[in-house]
Amino acid sequence: MLRAKLILPLFLSFGIITYLAGCAPKQATKAQTSLSIWHWMTDREPAFQELAKRYEAKTGIKVDFELYAPSDAYTQKVRAAAQGATLPDIFGILGEKRDFGSFIKAGHILDLTPYMDTDSGKWRNSFFSKALAVNEFKEGNSYNTPAGIYGVPIDIMTIQMVYNKDLFKTLDLNPENPPTTFQEFLNIGKKIKETNIQGLVSGWGEVWMIDCLANNYAFNIMGQEKVLATIKGEVPYTDPDWIKVFSLFKEMQDSGVLADGLVTMINKTAEQLFANEKAVFAFNGSWCVNVYRGMNPNLNYATMLPPKVSDKFPMAIWGGAGSSFMANARSKHKEEAVKFLMWLTDRDQQAYLAEATNNLPANKDSLSRIPDILEQFANDMDITTHPNIWGVSEFPAVIEAFDKGIQSIIIGEKTPEQIAAEVQKIKERELAKKRR
Amino acid sequence: MRIKSTLENYVFVLPAVLIFATFYIIPFIWVFQLGMFDWDGILPTKIFVGLGNFKEIFFEDKIWWQSMWQAGYITLIALTFQNALAFLLAWACDREIRLKNFYRVIFFIPPVLSEVVVGLVWQWILDGHYGLLNNWLLHLGLPNLVRSWLSDPKTALTTVAIVHSWKGFGWGFLIFLAGLQTIPRELYEAARVDGANAWDSFRKITIPLMIPVTVLVAILTVLGTMQAFVLIIAMTGGGPAYHTQVPVLRILASMRGSSRFGYACAQGISFGLVLVIISFIQYRFSKRARQL
Repeated sequence: MLRAKLILPLFLSFGIITYLAGCAPKQATKAQTSLSIWHWMTDREPAFQELAKRYEAKTGIKVDFELYAPSDAYTQKVRAAAQGATLPDIFGILGEKRDFGSFIKAGHILDLTPYMDTDSGKWRNSFFSKALAVNEFKEGNSYNTPAGIYGVPIDIMTIQMVYNKDLFKTLDLNPENPPTTFQEFLNIGKKIKETNIQGLVSGWGEVWMIDCLANNYAFNIMGQEKVLATIKGEVPYTDPDWIKVFSLFKEMQDSGVLADGLVTMINKTAEQLFANEKAVFAFNGSWCVNVYRGMNPNLNYATMLPPKVSDKFPMAIWGGAGSSFMANARSKHKEEAVKFLMWLTDRDQQAYLAEATNNLPANKDSLSRIPDILEQFANDMDITTHPNIWGVSEFPAVIEAFDKGIQSIIIGEKTPEQIAAEVQKIKERELAKKRR
Repeated sequence: MRIKSTLENYVFVLPAVLIFATFYIIPFIWVFQLGMFDWDGILPTKIFVGLGNFKEIFFEDKIWWQSMWQAGYITLIALTFQNALAFLLAWACDREIRLKNFYRVIFFIPPVLSEVVVGLVWQWILDGHYGLLNNWLLHLGLPNLVRSWLSDPKTALTTVAIVHSWKGFGWGFLIFLAGLQTIPRELYEAARVDGANAWDSFRKITIPLMIPVTVLVAILTVLGTMQAFVLIIAMTGGGPAYHTQVPVLRILASMRGSSRFGYACAQGISFGLVLVIISFIQYRFSKRARQL
């Protein structure tokens, strides 16, 4: 009787142990000729699957693209896999350059420099230099990461403004002459106020896009050198130039050029408003071409640079590599992984990706088959910059205080001077912590 | 024989112990341990900082405490508005009214909806420019009340709290209804025979007998609301500025935004500690209330 009673719980315990053992991550590679790739790009999944089929037909190597979305969930999955050393053969990293450096220092990412340099640097030279720069760590970088190229750009992007040409006509503005100066931009705000149209929409509720525009203006007002000196702690955020940057957001709000509820607006909402012709301007990345096409194929719009404030320094916009893939340094199939990445970034595959997904190709030779509007985004690639190529990173706490501070300015809660002082205080606290 | 019996008992509880240890005790110890390190979640090396992270949370991180107060405010709205609504509706459905089964189903719809979907739908309703609410206010001749409900720092937190209450009252409703149905009907009949009116019955029978259920609902409300974040992230993302930040959003920001895994773990432990203290206080109050 006792034995009979014991069998069931023992069986249950065994079942649970077996189940828990089954929770262990599956092998990254399933077979000798199979490559596993993790990504978060929902919009590119069908194109990736098609390319996987083509690659298998060509080489016999099976490629499994595994989509993990949304990007937050993907980020957590990659970090968890890194801790358990169960990363796939190829994966992407979402995050700051500091995180990228940590993955490299932890030995998860293969240095691709030798592959890039073979055949007189044929692979390296096929990319836009700024796209590759995002994936490169130079000698003596501030992240203490060994120098090298650690990622392969799949596409590139620029983040700038777009405007609705039809709504420009409604506002009695010339659709071929978007505002080029900040004052012209503010003047449009006055016209917008008189109508039921929204002004500038963007994903400023997700804050990083605020950071992006603020930095564009910081480059325009004080130049790259001073921006980087601020990040290094040599120039305070209370400097008049930074206060000027903060003040621009107050001026935009006061003029009526910013949409209602912009501070909590997610980019998807901003994209819907712009695509549905409810907003005159949008601040968005080149990926928006695909999004707008899906939402409103007849949308009549064009790109424009953020209107400049000063002539002292050139306006810079964020851009460079949009998405990149990295090869797992611990993978048994790293050579095959690199070969696949070479194939994926070759002219034909890049042209296919650009055509199928409306993203700018990372390969310079594949630009010929992109739509006009995307070409407009590509034309401004020369004036792009990106925090990942600056060589220094701002403290995350400072970035948060900076971005949230701008939200506070927009909602009229704090003045630019107050925010500058608050950001500087956090900067000093972080610098002191670092010195310890 | 006794040893066999003891062994048998141990074997019976083994599966539960295994599950509990694997999914609760071991992660808790691990999180506490990580809270004493400065770690970015990627590098194999962790820097031991002792109680440094906890010190920063308690003495330097003003935003953390702001988020705690804000979660407390949402909880207060949930404890009062949400639970009062749940109780009143449960009380109404417990009486002999028409279509009461229909109402029971209707009232339980909000809790079973996805929080993200609810957040996005309410974001649309509350939109400052195209939102339904402002549209109705205009039609009702109340243009002074029109505003960007979620972007205005004066209204954002209360709006989020009310939507949270709308989303969550169904759970309280169900528990209250179950509690009301356990009250013997004879008590009400006896009270009526003794000349008690409806208000007297409610005050002298319903309320005292519902105290244990109310305490349970209150504890569940506090624990659930303090940990709310999906609805908030969908509606405001924690903004404008820090006005709708709650502790779980701060933990997420430390882990994801700042790559401070150790600090995020310390925040998690500190937050857990606060919840334990609140639950303990509630438990003491409930004991006292039962004795009255």
